Amino acid sequence: MAKITLSNLRHSYLPNPKGQEDYALKEIDLDWQDGGAYALLGPSGCGKSTLLNIISGLLAPSEGRILFDDRDVTDLPPDQRNIAQVFQFPVIYDTMTVRDNLAFPLRNRGVPETRIAERVDEIAGMLEVEDMLDIRAAHLSPDNKQKISMGRGLVRDDVNVVMFDEPLTVIDPHLKWKLRSKLKELHQRVRATMIYVTHDQTEALTFADQVVVMQDGEVVQIGTPVELFERPQHTFVGHFIGSPGMNVLPVTETDGQVSFNGQTIFLEGKVTGQGGSTELGIRPEFVSIATTGIEARVRKVSDVGRHSVVEAMVGDTPVKAVVEGAVPEQGAPVHLNFAQKQTRLYRDGWIATEVSA
Amino acid sequence: MKTENPKAWFFVLPVLLLVAFNALVPIMTVVNYSVQETFGNNVFFWQGLDWFEQILRSDRFHAALGRQFLFTFLILAIEVPLGIIIALSMPRQGFWVPVCLVIMALPMLIPWNVVGAMWNIFTLPEIGLLGYLMNNTLGIPYDMTQNPFAAWVTIITMDVWHWTSLVVLLSYAGLVSIPDAYYQAAKIDGASPWKVFRYIQLPKLKMVLTIAILLRFMDSFNVYTEVFVLTGGGPGNSTTLLSIDLVKIALGQFDLGPAAAMSLIYFAITLLVSWLFYTLMTKDDEQ
Repeated sequence: MAKITLSNLRHSYLPNPKGQEDYALKEIDLDWQDGGAYALLGPSGCGKSTLLNIISGLLAPSEGRILFDDRDVTDLPPDQRNIAQVFQFPVIYDTMTVRDNLAFPLRNRGVPETRIAERVDEIAGMLEVEDMLDIRAAHLSPDNKQKISMGRGLVRDDVNVVMFDEPLTVIDPHLKWKLRSKLKELHQRVRATMIYVTHDQTEALTFADQVVVMQDGEVVQIGTPVELFERPQHTFVGHFIGSPGMNVLPVTETDGQVSFNGQTIFLEGKVTGQGGSTELGIRPEFVSIATTGIEARVRKVSDVGRHSVVEAMVGDTPVKAVVEGAVPEQGAPVHLNFAQKQTRLYRDGWIATEVSA
Repeated sequence: MKTENPKAWFFVLPVLLLVAFNALVPIMTVVNYSVQETFGNNVFFWQGLDWFEQILRSDRFHAALGRQFLFTFLILAIEVPLGIIIALSMPRQGFWVPVCLVIMALPMLIPWNVVGAMWNIFTLPEIGLLGYLMNNTLGIPYDMTQNPFAAWVTIITMDVWHWTSLVVLLSYAGLVSIPDAYYQAAKIDGASPWKVFRYIQLPKLKMVLTIAILLRFMDSFNVYTEVFVLTGGGPGNSTTLLSIDLVKIALGQFDLGPAAAMSLIYFAITLLVSWLFYTLMTKDDEQ
């Protein structure tokens, strides 16, 4: 187990990168604490798998260093970094039994057989696969195969970090939550540093203590699930996390005063910076329907179970609101209220309001 | 749930007719010959299983069958490992991939009788490049028209040259279809190159190798043209394989009855070995 430091990491798949856009990863600086559960969250192609492969050593970064516990491992091959990785598709050795699959990484490192047997039994117990130990791994179902490939990662007790690259992609939906909670439980038991790569916000938010949100090869925000939800640092985070995502509305800004569709909007705090293009961000959860406020007309109401999502038009701009209980009818005129503490200004995408004391 | 619809037969009828005319009818003709004796003029006498007994008891048949198995065994023992090794060392991407593939495919594109003729000229001691080099430059006596061992070396080399590519191309196709994640996982698990081959590549190649071995078995067990053009079955009878012997009996001696019985036995052996092999190789996956 180790603390992981990424410093000034950049990577390009091109031999001679010229502009910023040639880089799949642009300037990554991160510190991951020993024993933490982290998630790398972002849409496909944002560079999260590239980053993962750099940490595991399958890919050499164009620039920058990777440190495990302050030891530089940038030039070490994967087997010497002492890491484990679980891939999108379960990787198992078909011709071996489950037991031999679990023992494989230990055997390759010359661990004594008695110790191997001990570890295999221990891991099999944690994963609840004791009854399958002597079956040929080829005959397992996909979720059990994925469990075995996790097991191969966890069986080494000196492992620095366990990485998961969208490990639930091929798992049936009803088994996903089971494996997900299993993972969480495993993390609490083994306390290894774990990094979980996904584009699914539910997976990231349930698994991780800290989520790193990435877009276009850049880290947009690092924070706990609550922080990401309550105070997105970037409109992208607001959009990407939450269902439905944050409302991002066009506004005009004059002398720190912000107005939306002709009405002055009160923000959470003082506006910082100036110039650039500005937008207003507020989550649908903090928009309410009231008797006074911004005039709007309901365009669509969708019942999503515990609550309804009301989409109302303010001028030409749709604004979503999460409403519990009674909902207005389609076409009805309504008034919208924005919760002031949750209303923020974004300048060129980045947050531009201070938290009021 | 099983639903039966007699109309289905109507749809398979064309195929049935086709198979009947290109397989069943010719085979029935052979069966017909194998149990009768004829002296021409379309007059036939019933012989029962006499021809079969005669063939199965004949030393000549045993010898040809032995040579046939030896030939097939040797070419499989060389072509399969060699094919895998070549496939493993071929590049996976870049400019050289199509170049390698074309070079590999070339021998298979040459007509079989041309292959025989090429190797015949190639090995002639007086004018052939190989024959001349061996005899006159290296001083190794080598004449496949005189020496049975030299003849065997030549037919084996020729078949390896002609058909290893098939194993290479099939194995290569199998290798490139293995997802990268397997190699990455093996790296992380600290597996040696041998273990990568033993536990990842070989298991993933199992199906294509089964097909490759099956095709090579059937083709080499029935090989005729190349060997006939190269050696004509000689020197003596040393390279008279089953098919060559069969043609000698049928067209040389015009013994149609024994030849028909021999063809059926020949066919039965090919079918049996192929079936046994395929069943054994795929049994495991059905559990």
